[in-house]
Amino acid sequence: MALLQISEPGMSAAPHQHKLAVGIDLGTTNSLVATVRSAMSTVLQDDHGHALLPSVVRYAPDGAVIVGHEAQAQQSADPTNTIVSVKRFMGRNINDITDRAHIPYKFVSASEDQAAKILQIETRSGLKSPVEISAEILKSLKSRAEKSLGGELVGAVITVPAYFDDAQRQATKDAARLAGLNVLRLLNEPTAAAVAYGLDNASEGNFVIYDLGGGTFDVSILHLSKGVFEVLATNGDSALGGDDFDHRIYCWVLDKVREVTANFAPLTEGDTRLLLTKARQAKEWLTDNFEAQVLCRLSNGILVDVTLTADQFVEITQHLVIKTLSPTRKAMRDAELSISDITGVVMVGGATRMPHIRQAVETYFQQEPLTNLDPDKVVALGAAIQANVLAGNKNDDDLLLLDVTPLSLGLETMGGLVEKVIHRNSTLPIARAQEFTTYKDGQTAMSIHVVQGERELVSDCRSLARFVLRGIPPMAAGAARIRVTFTVDADGLLSVSAREQSTGVEAHIEVKPSYGLTEDEITSMLKASFSSAEEDKKARMLAEARVSAGAIISSVTAALAADGNLISETEQNAIKAKIDRLQTIAAADDATAINQAVDALNHATEAFAAARMNASVSHALSGKAINSLEI
Amino acid sequence: MSSAQNDYFQLFALSEQFKIDTKLLDANFRKIQSTSHPDRFVTASAAEKLASMQLATLSNEAYDTLKNTARRAKYLLEKHGINAVADTNTALPMDFLMQQMEWREQLEEAKTGKDISALDKLHNALRTEASALESELADLFDHQKDYAAATEVTRKLIFIDKVCSDIQQAIEYLD
Repeated sequence: MALLQISEPGMSAAPHQHKLAVGIDLGTTNSLVATVRSAMSTVLQDDHGHALLPSVVRYAPDGAVIVGHEAQAQQSADPTNTIVSVKRFMGRNINDITDRAHIPYKFVSASEDQAAKILQIETRSGLKSPVEISAEILKSLKSRAEKSLGGELVGAVITVPAYFDDAQRQATKDAARLAGLNVLRLLNEPTAAAVAYGLDNASEGNFVIYDLGGGTFDVSILHLSKGVFEVLATNGDSALGGDDFDHRIYCWVLDKVREVTANFAPLTEGDTRLLLTKARQAKEWLTDNFEAQVLCRLSNGILVDVTLTADQFVEITQHLVIKTLSPTRKAMRDAELSISDITGVVMVGGATRMPHIRQAVETYFQQEPLTNLDPDKVVALGAAIQANVLAGNKNDDDLLLLDVTPLSLGLETMGGLVEKVIHRNSTLPIARAQEFTTYKDGQTAMSIHVVQGERELVSDCRSLARFVLRGIPPMAAGAARIRVTFTVDADGLLSVSAREQSTGVEAHIEVKPSYGLTEDEITSMLKASFSSAEEDKKARMLAEARVSAGAIISSVTAALAADGNLISETEQNAIKAKIDRLQTIAAADDATAINQAVDALNHATEAFAAARMNASVSHALSGKAINSLEI
Repeated sequence: MSSAQNDYFQLFALSEQFKIDTKLLDANFRKIQSTSHPDRFVTASAAEKLASMQLATLSNEAYDTLKNTARRAKYLLEKHGINAVADTNTALPMDFLMQQMEWREQLEEAKTGKDISALDKLHNALRTEASALESELADLFDHQKDYAAATEVTRKLIFIDKVCSDIQQAIEYLD
């Protein structure tokens, strides 16, 4: 292990110091962690040389939590305590899991509240939410990375399927925070793949990323030009993946066995898991072979021995392949492109190794798909490149990702109809406001129901949040003006606010939907994970507060030196006074006071920061004008 | 934020007219995003993050408005104090209204018949219609400066845009 570097007290680290940042592909079947080392994006391996970490978590009888290959090996022996494909349950409630009969877990609904029936899984270590289970996978990858890189990570980019909705994204972010990771950005998987692919091949033009993972399908269409990756459209199915192909084989095998076996007893949970594992192995075998044998003995002594040919496999799964083409066509229409506009089609995800998938994609796009990067690794490699950029290791600013929101966001209006406020495939970040009014005379409150989806009826969309705006002054129906603002940040996460404005009376509420865990729950779980004494915690908090004070003082001082002329001398002096104040407070031992002074300095520099932003934009544009004159 | 940059045309260094250089719009949009996108400010102060979020959001909104011809025309009219979609602004010539009803009928017919190719055809016909209106708008806005006439044409274009998106939605449900 490399030695940790420690800088002299009071001195900030050298500016060129490489910050340790990773990209994590938190997959349904396998997860990976990658980083940029010596300008190369590399997947990090565990002690045994494995790059892929099976996304399997086992709660062992001795209370230990086992992640990866070792857990995977026990999945048939201990199915109810060994959780596979947990990603399928992220941000979902119990009613979302339609194929519960085929899943060996005991699902429990965490809440009586109909709107927030976040599911949990009963294990021998107690009730576990998908967020907590995913956090175990992330912790394992984090420790792999820190061991391999020899230092603490400054942050991570975590990938999510492009078609994940707000609930699924929020759950993923919660899991990362629970694992003690600083999330630099949630990045859409196909976009990450495009980065790895595009930079590797110095490509320009319109590219389709066809990403069929273990449990999710995404298709994104990007325009690549001079380091800018602009997502034109994205579509998909967040409940369609390689697992479904395994499941088809599993059902087919069971049918075959039932044909020849009288009085076939119900399967145990272990048998189900065993057969699904055999089904997955048969699927993988059929990629390079004409037939696969499924051979195993069930717990009731019955011997399963059936042979599946490649043709039969195509026949029983062709409908799943066809199911991926509908989102593909939708994305093409949204991007307003035709087949002839497409420069290349990139295949991502282990499931795209199936020959009939490749064939279907080739037929649709009339060109051979590109497979020169490992479909299992390309997402993690791209995420690592973006993490490196976001952490500030790369300053030449030649890589920019412009991503979109995959699903429309709207509000419920009278009659259970959806009024869309932000349309799908809008470039992020985005803020959009719309005015609504009251339905009845004298109405003083309004229930605001935020939904996500493309359908016209609220009942066909996903409910994200409900809140009530109170304090509307009594007026005639239709007279009040309620302005509802939706904001989606660069992580694709939504916040909603509403205010009544016709009378100047302001009622304001801020809603950030949270799924799985509340802010308090995460904080208390994080606190519990620090076993250190109270004194250590205080010292750590003080140290962290001083670091952030030092960082903002040096950045604002540098900004004033460079661009102070953008604001008046009075404004400059006001900022300088706040800097002096923060310096004085930072010398004392009160972490809370330091943080407050940091906030105050931040607030005092808002107008200055906006002025600098405008100036740099003007500079960027005028640079362009001069260049075009020279040509 | 300065008022100059709240003007969408000025933001992208374009002159305020209907016919714009869309290549320059695209290029300047990317330049602005390259400078202001939140990805550039992940490790910056809260004030800088806020400024980044505001400018990136504004430029997305501005780009979305200017790259679509109906929204661009509507925005230009707003600059001249005209709300093209105001309730009071309902006048449209009879022949256009008849034409519009015909399109709606064709749309419903194709929907009932689950006829995607008929929907595609109708969509193409409407796009042709739209580009004729766009040429008209370029003349009315940029040469004649006849904003009253431009308002009527803009309303037609907005109608066509709406029918087009209804067609797209119909195709999507059928597919």
